[in-house]
Amino acid sequence: MMLELLISGLLILIKLVLIFGVVLGLAAYLVLAERKILGRMQMRPGPNRTGPFGLIQPLADLIKLLSKEDFMPADADKLVYLFAPGLTALVALLTFAVVPFSPPLHIFGRELPMVVCDLNVGVLYFLAFSSLAVYGVVLGGWASGSKYALIGSIRALSQLVSYELAMGLAIAPVIMAARSFSLTDIVMAQSQLPFILTQPLGFLIFVVCIFAESKRTPFDMPEAENEIVAGFHTEYSGMRFGLFFVGEYINLVILGSMTTVFFLGGWHGPLLPPIVWFAGKALFVAFVFIWVRGSQPRLRYDQLMNIGWKVLLPLGLLNLLVTGAALLWMNG
Amino acid sequence: MGLWRDISGTWKPMWITLRYLFRKPVTIEYPEQKRTPPPRYRAQLILTRDPEGKERCVACYLCSAACPVDCISLQAAEDADGRRYAAWFRVNFARCIFCGLCTEACPTLAIQTSIHYEICKRDPLSLVFEKEDLLVDHGGKDKFYNFYQHAGIGVCKPRGGGDGEYGPVDVKDLLP
Repeated sequence: MMLELLISGLLILIKLVLIFGVVLGLAAYLVLAERKILGRMQMRPGPNRTGPFGLIQPLADLIKLLSKEDFMPADADKLVYLFAPGLTALVALLTFAVVPFSPPLHIFGRELPMVVCDLNVGVLYFLAFSSLAVYGVVLGGWASGSKYALIGSIRALSQLVSYELAMGLAIAPVIMAARSFSLTDIVMAQSQLPFILTQPLGFLIFVVCIFAESKRTPFDMPEAENEIVAGFHTEYSGMRFGLFFVGEYINLVILGSMTTVFFLGGWHGPLLPPIVWFAGKALFVAFVFIWVRGSQPRLRYDQLMNIGWKVLLPLGLLNLLVTGAALLWMNG
Repeated sequence: MGLWRDISGTWKPMWITLRYLFRKPVTIEYPEQKRTPPPRYRAQLILTRDPEGKERCVACYLCSAACPVDCISLQAAEDADGRRYAAWFRVNFARCIFCGLCTEACPTLAIQTSIHYEICKRDPLSLVFEKEDLLVDHGGKDKFYNFYQHAGIGVCKPRGGGDGEYGPVDVKDLLP
């Protein structure tokens, strides 16, 4: 009995460490991938000096960030200022807890679910944490005691209220079709047909919303370099800035995974093992993020509010209505 | 139609960046890959020699006077046969802005710009080049020009004996 418990605990621990390492490593290499891809799109090679093809660049970045001065403005709200970057990175990491990336494994005669925590309200957990993520940004900007940081955090808030509702409405039809709030069940429901084919409108709304959620081009108003210096992280330096940075890229991994789970069929796919399909789909979404950053200009935040409230929200409601009617018609 | 324009306007840049993603970068990776500058490139200054292999510089101080940042200094001296030269000639490349005004001022084509651009040093003092660092054993951009053959001042040939010259005019032969 004791041994059984020990093996279970050990397996969970190994899984946790693996997921933690893979997510952080992916985030670090996404930075490199982004710089490489953006470079190639602008006909330059990108970082290629540290190691073969610049593959040690994330390590060099880490050393640079760790060895920089940890600067705090005199006007800063000390406690909140120190706490905010950690909140961003922590919330981003915690969101990954509900992502199912493979069907359950069978090791040592027991079933090991390939998800940290298979919550039966996984969708709500994701939505809640994506809202919480903005706290790090807002508190960081607020506590900096700088006008640019404050403008950045106000923009982050106005952005949140514009896209959050539409994002929930875009996922609602998926929940209705899967008849569950659990992300594992949602993936299971897509074994025949991914929801991108049955819910194309919902997918489009969701994609626009996750672009706003990620605070990247074309919706990078909170940090808009050429308007408000660096927005909410203007005053941050060293590893505190690094935490914001890492949080952004972990967020990229998570948003890619969530798109995969909700619309692209999760781990389902022919021939290749499920984990490869999942990683491939999630990384493809991350590539699209980088691709869009290389192509699109930044919008104004009133334009984002316009599209959020006047376009995406009505479209989301319409999608909800049509999906509900279709489901009733098919079952009744 | 406005909506259609907006949608196509969103896709066009995506298509362009995707195409460029598979194009070769235009970057020249400098320390490994060096480009030969064009022949008239203005980099390190050199002191050239005439076709006879003698120094062209006549130490007239015009380059030093023309220099906007005062990076050229020299001391004139004279041979036994009356040929002027620079006893020492010093260019401070830590100050030089590579404008080429000295080369335009030079009446004997002695000071010229070269395409040798890799003259960065850790110590600014090692950027002070003396005459022996500047002097080269070729004619630079004009291999054949020889100042004293045209100057008519009787250093390497008697006065008026140079190429295309004639002797001094006797001004008194026009007197009545």
